[in-house]
Amino acid sequence: MDQIVLEHVTKSFTTKALGTVVAVRDFNLSVTKGECFSFLGPSGCGKTTTLRMIAGFEDLSEGSIYLGGKLVSDRKKNIYLPPEKRELGMVFQAFAVWPHLNVYENVAFPLKVKKYPHTQIRKRVEEALHHCNLDGLEKVYPSDLSGGQQQRIALARAIVVNPEVMLLDEPLSNLDPHLRESMRFEIKRLQREFGFTIIFVTHDQAEAMALSDRMLVMDMGNIQQIGTPQELYQKPVNRFVHSFLGQSNFTDVVIRDGRAFLKEDESNLLFTGTPLELKGDYVMATRPNAIDVNREDGYRTTILKRISKTDFMEYLVSVGKNSIMVQTPHRNFFRTGDQCFIKIKDPTWYRPESKDIGEERERRNTI
Amino acid sequence: MEKVELKNICVSYGEHVVLKDFSLKVEPGQIIGIVGPSGCGKTTIARTICGFIKPQQGTVKLDGKTIFSHKDRIDTPPEQRHIGVVFQDYAVWPHLSVYDNIAYPLKKRRLSKQEISPQVNNALEQVNMLGYEKYMPSQLSGGQQQRVAIARALTSSSDFLIMDEPITNLDAKLREQMLVEIRMLQQRLGTTIIYITHDQEAAMQLCDKIVILELDGSIAQIGTDEEIIKNPANRFVFQFIGVSNFIPVMVDDGKVFFDFEEKILFKSKIPEKLAGKKAMLGIRPMDIVFDDDSPVRAIVSQAVFLGNMYNYFVRLSGLEIRVQQIATSENARSYAEGQEVGLAFLEERYFEREDA
Amino acid sequence: MFSRVKNRNLIRLEGNGGFPFDRMMTILCYIALITVVVLPVFMILYYAFWDGTKIDIAMLQQVIFQKSNLRSMWNTLVIAVFSTALATVVGVFFAWLLGRSDIPMKGLMKFLFSIPFMIPPFLAAMAWDMMFSGRGGYVNKALMSLFNLTKAPFNINSVAGIIIIEVVYYFPFVYMQVVSALERMDPTLEESARIAGASQLYVIRKITLPLTIPAISSGMLLVLITSLSNYGIPAMLGYSQSIFTLPTMIVELMNRAGGSFEGIRQAAALSIVLVFVVSIALLVQRRLLTHGRYDIIKGKSMRPMLIKLRGAKYPLLVFSLLFLGLIVVAPIVMIILVSFVKAYGLPFLAQNMTLANFRRIFVGNIMVRDSVKNSLFLAFSAGLFCLLLGTMLAYVIYKVKPKGGTALEMMAVLPYSLPGTVMAIGCMLAWSGAFFGITLYNTIWIILVAYIARYLSYVLKSSSAALQQVHGSLEEAARSCGASHLDTLRDVTLPLIKPAMISGFFLVFLPCMRELTTSILLYGPNSRTLGVAIYQLRINGQIAPAAALSVVTITLIIICNNAVKAITKDRKRG
Repeated sequence: MDQIVLEHVTKSFTTKALGTVVAVRDFNLSVTKGECFSFLGPSGCGKTTTLRMIAGFEDLSEGSIYLGGKLVSDRKKNIYLPPEKRELGMVFQAFAVWPHLNVYENVAFPLKVKKYPHTQIRKRVEEALHHCNLDGLEKVYPSDLSGGQQQRIALARAIVVNPEVMLLDEPLSNLDPHLRESMRFEIKRLQREFGFTIIFVTHDQAEAMALSDRMLVMDMGNIQQIGTPQELYQKPVNRFVHSFLGQSNFTDVVIRDGRAFLKEDESNLLFTGTPLELKGDYVMATRPNAIDVNREDGYRTTILKRISKTDFMEYLVSVGKNSIMVQTPHRNFFRTGDQCFIKIKDPTWYRPESKDIGEERERRNTI
Repeated sequence: MEKVELKNICVSYGEHVVLKDFSLKVEPGQIIGIVGPSGCGKTTIARTICGFIKPQQGTVKLDGKTIFSHKDRIDTPPEQRHIGVVFQDYAVWPHLSVYDNIAYPLKKRRLSKQEISPQVNNALEQVNMLGYEKYMPSQLSGGQQQRVAIARALTSSSDFLIMDEPITNLDAKLREQMLVEIRMLQQRLGTTIIYITHDQEAAMQLCDKIVILELDGSIAQIGTDEEIIKNPANRFVFQFIGVSNFIPVMVDDGKVFFDFEEKILFKSKIPEKLAGKKAMLGIRPMDIVFDDDSPVRAIVSQAVFLGNMYNYFVRLSGLEIRVQQIATSENARSYAEGQEVGLAFLEERYFEREDA
Repeated sequence: MFSRVKNRNLIRLEGNGGFPFDRMMTILCYIALITVVVLPVFMILYYAFWDGTKIDIAMLQQVIFQKSNLRSMWNTLVIAVFSTALATVVGVFFAWLLGRSDIPMKGLMKFLFSIPFMIPPFLAAMAWDMMFSGRGGYVNKALMSLFNLTKAPFNINSVAGIIIIEVVYYFPFVYMQVVSALERMDPTLEESARIAGASQLYVIRKITLPLTIPAISSGMLLVLITSLSNYGIPAMLGYSQSIFTLPTMIVELMNRAGGSFEGIRQAAALSIVLVFVVSIALLVQRRLLTHGRYDIIKGKSMRPMLIKLRGAKYPLLVFSLLFLGLIVVAPIVMIILVSFVKAYGLPFLAQNMTLANFRRIFVGNIMVRDSVKNSLFLAFSAGLFCLLLGTMLAYVIYKVKPKGGTALEMMAVLPYSLPGTVMAIGCMLAWSGAFFGITLYNTIWIILVAYIARYLSYVLKSSSAALQQVHGSLEEAARSCGASHLDTLRDVTLPLIKPAMISGFFLVFLPCMRELTTSILLYGPNSRTLGVAIYQLRINGQIAPAAALSVVTITLIIICNNAVKAITKDRKRG
């Protein structure tokens, strides 16, 4: 069943400083029931605006939004259901836990609003607290608790009404890095237990990939690609998605007869086995972790620089006058200046990008 | 002759002992990194050398000359030590222009305007900030302010700098760039630099030698990044440098076992590097691979796809360890939660165990 | 302001027991504070509890239970409670209107709100008295002739009148606190309530309002404390009807005493009562500040949703503009009109208007000329002294951090919590020959000393805030660049706190120009201030000249205010 549907949703606004800006353009999406779906993109790309339109805090300029099959927003038909009637659960980036209410009162609030009887409230609040590992903290006030605990209060408050849809707006970015990992796990676990649909907004690609069943990447108001994390990571549809989802190397090449040569020196053969239909100037996109570095054979290169990272070693190796980045486990140790070989795996091929896109992105980023 | 020598430095605040009998020699012309977790005393070392802290014991020598000695009651005040200092929050004076900030140390030395100007220009050139002389700090970005701070430190002393977490407040891209610039500057001028940070990645990338401090202020290891990665001196260093797993092992009957409630056979021969009856096996998540033929079995408890790699948590007889696998099409096979897998261990290291 | 240093040992490690310059500063501070603050306070206690040979509580009891004093205490409390309650209602109403609704003309209304702050309360009271005095107020007379009434409909010379004026001039205290909280509140606090199913009204009831309670409370307490200590308004409005509050009663006792030991003791005893009441309010405020603060303000620039007023928009706009017009514009208009009238009471017809009042106060009137000179001199000197002493204090307390730092801080801040009347009496008692035979009474110097004591804490607050902004690393950077401790103070610290020092000067200069409470007790034949001059003209029935002088004073204040704004704005850019 399609739980959340957005059709041709567009949002534009006018400011004195910037004129008319289209924040979200022709956004189309169907999220199935029980899915965990992420919106990923840089700041200012429109992901939070879209989420707020689904929640009802912003009205759209064009298009329609359906929740559970019901039309909730449509400019043309003059339909706009206010947020309090949309029956969603929502968790905000800065937790938005009410400081003047204790943990119990915070979590009980949605039930009190709907005038549930006392006994039911007590029971459901205790269940929600238990699910979020907050047992025993009912009478404590949020300011006496840590960031992670406050986030769990927000979660408990959102699930206490058993919503069908949960909206999460960058919920983990205010937490310490090691706390983020465990909270990700908690959210997934809750989803499995309760079965709600999640829309998760983030700018952290590792988080999106770790959490989602499917995800989309947005840039400047436009959806770039929708798919599973693996699809997006391994078959990114353009340079932006490629470099946003992980580290990338981009090398200018010329393709002839199934082989890719360095553009700057067309006798320098980099890779054999390009798709047959490709010919001419292309950009070869590779992932640092998909390049094998060894002392035996492959493309001959020199180690220009070694960068020791926490999870693996990074090496900058020479490719013509330029360099590309390689990631490999710590045990593959090379010194700067060492001769070695690399084997490139799973490259993606793109047409060279025009300058204009880069400039427009710069302008957007200053908003 | 050493550039800086610290001998038997002791610093405590009331009951709290920060440094105990700390000694260190710094060779000229090198970048030395002092790395450690917060609270380990690395900033205290920097402030001792600068003169902002008077140790309860010990001596500090700069270029062979004693600038502090508790015994002999020598204490050169900070303004006479001629050390260039770069602070974590830049500490660029907001009411002075870029030029006046950088010229200040020279003004204090009573140089004339004609003498000051070329030196300031030289410093600006070193940090790629020529043309910014008349700017006020509030008009500069974080990275530019940091460069002004470095230039000012250079006019204070072009042959010895102390940098205390200089790039922590910058964003990731700028950090990389600054590390490269600092290295190039040092190579051009031959400056001795003491670089203080908690970020071991930055230290390993930048420094010729790294001093790793444990939480109590004692030195765990001094070495190049190669030495530290290949031969970590102890468990603390191994853990500090990267993600790690620790599994208790014990030796019995010429074989090595995993030391759990049940003893699981690990190796049928005792490896050379393992000494003693009990030890702690330390291994990187990337150095554990899945091997169907391995007799060591575990259950996958969590599988996360992170794009460039898979992050697994596997349960080895009650102990949860981390296994990382670089994700390429060749080893694209992923493992699901609950699945039983075989583990093979490459590049393990053995460390002392507390209860041994 | 009462933040304390965490690691003293860290400070001890630096410098061999401290720099000589710092030690000298510390000693100077102690001497100055003891002289300026401690001695006056001590004298009050002395007079209240010591009858010359032994400690005597009996007199205190006698004073408290005397009928007229009890009456004044009752008045004080009634006025304070009602004005606080009503000011809160009005303040919260306007805070909501301007902070959270879509009412137009917000800019104009905000500007109108800032004007009452510039007019001294006693001048405002005088203006209202001119309008609504029970015996001959202009508006009363107009209403009486319009509606054919025999008795004046409004009598401002009553407890109710005092309450109304206090409400009108103090509600901005509540307004400022609440509007700031409302405008900067994190919008997601309300959004999360709406997502949970709450209607907009429910959100206001259960989330927004409770979260503004700390702001409301701090505004309320400010009004309460100001009302308890206020002299000008009850002096102007209540005196003619013998309606006294504690401050005016204390001044009355002092005047009646004529220098007699007994009389002064009574005044001192009553002062203790006043201080006691104010202290309770202050303690409550202290508790609230530490316990009741909610962290509701976030850095994000998202604005909270505005309430759409729809049908109520224009009626509310009209009401607000009328209200503001009445309380802000009408009194000023009245004073200006009266300043041009030949004699108070005459209708405002062309043939009754003249410039004679202005001529009279400027030409040939030595008292007025002197009072302008005196006020300027006092304001300037007090500003300068407070600037130097306050900054020195801030430096000693927050940078040198000596052992007795808390004591220094408390001594400096003490006068801030004492009503101006009490402080003035203390100064009078201290500097009338009690110590080393120094007597400043009846000279301009005693007023100066009282001003310094009273306004010192303003500079202390602003300079310490600025000093705390000067991070230690800025000073250490100078040391590592070759600057000695003194060099650092001169090259780094001082330039960075200069803007705060300058605004600190004006924080003292402006109130001194327009104050009445202190100088009414301490003035001598040659040391009248502007406030005293206006008050005396008024008391002597020369109402029109009093109005003229008030017009001059208000103009002077507005010019000074704008000059200050221009100067400090420029400084901010540098």
